Amino acid sequence: MTQHWAHVAVSYALAALAFGGLGLGAWMRHRAARRRLAVLDPRASAARDGSGGDGTA
Amino acid sequence: MDAIPPITAGADTRAPRPPRSLHRFANPGRFLRASGRVLPWLTAAAIAVLAVGLAWALALSPPDWQQGETVRIMYVHVPMAWLAMGGYLGLALASATALVWRHPLADLFARELSPVGAVVTALCLATGSLWGKPMWGTWWVWDARLTSVLVLFFLWLGHAALTRAFDEPDRGARAGAILALIGVVNLPIVKFSVDWWNTLHQPASVTRLGAPAMHVDMLYPLLVCALGFTLAFAAVVLARTRAAVMERRIRALELARARREDGGATP
Repeated sequence: MTQHWAHVAVSYALAALAFGGLGLGAWMRHRAARRRLAVLDPRASAARDGSGGDGTA
Repeated sequence: MDAIPPITAGADTRAPRPPRSLHRFANPGRFLRASGRVLPWLTAAAIAVLAVGLAWALALSPPDWQQGETVRIMYVHVPMAWLAMGGYLGLALASATALVWRHPLADLFARELSPVGAVVTALCLATGSLWGKPMWGTWWVWDARLTSVLVLFFLWLGHAALTRAFDEPDRGARAGAILALIGVVNLPIVKFSVDWWNTLHQPASVTRLGAPAMHVDMLYPLLVCALGFTLAFAAVVLARTRAAVMERRIRALELARARREDGGATP
């Protein structure tokens, strides 16, 4: 592998890691919040998941 | 004789009414339902477009006659630069919306946008450095373009830190919004730095008046990658904002429960 390809590979790897990390972090926060809300406010959580209602106003 | 309109008693100190489309999503429940429908499609579109764009950029686009394979860094570096600047414009618009119309979700959106903007700007700087070393012979120079992008990075970081620095979220949001609006002055400096000063960084080759100074074999994969990264950026920010809205609801519910329990325990 030439030095140039190494720089290209590191650039793409950094982008993949950064976006992957951001996406994973957002997904984990979202999942944790969803679970906690289901415990605290089951009626509104059910409404948010599909059948209408306004649980978070 | 014309009737004289009655004088309204007292000045109206309320915030101006926001446009209807903005007002619709002021309701967090409606925002959660709408964003819950959009987010899976946005994520799938980002993954699909990035898969095509990155394969095109890495395997199908030609090497540059001078730079060789190193030119492939452009397909990551340039979209990150566009997102860093475009995202900051979005931050300023959200901040103005929060300050002028007191839109309840604009603060949360800005708060969740700034860490993503900081990461994207850091990627722009890092990939630029990785591109600069083999081409310019140095990782970094203090020229106008690189320095103004570094300032943009610090503005993103500053906003992220400032909005989280106060015990009262409203005060942090207000301070962050003011910083975001002041920082907008840096955007034209970043954009035109290569024209106003003599820089090592090359001048604009895509976003310039007249035709882009780039062959379509490189321009098309660049535009596809830019679209893919923009969709991914939007998906991440939307997912973070959704999580933040839910977390705010959790805090409100826990506070209400604690007050109830406290009230019940008091004789």
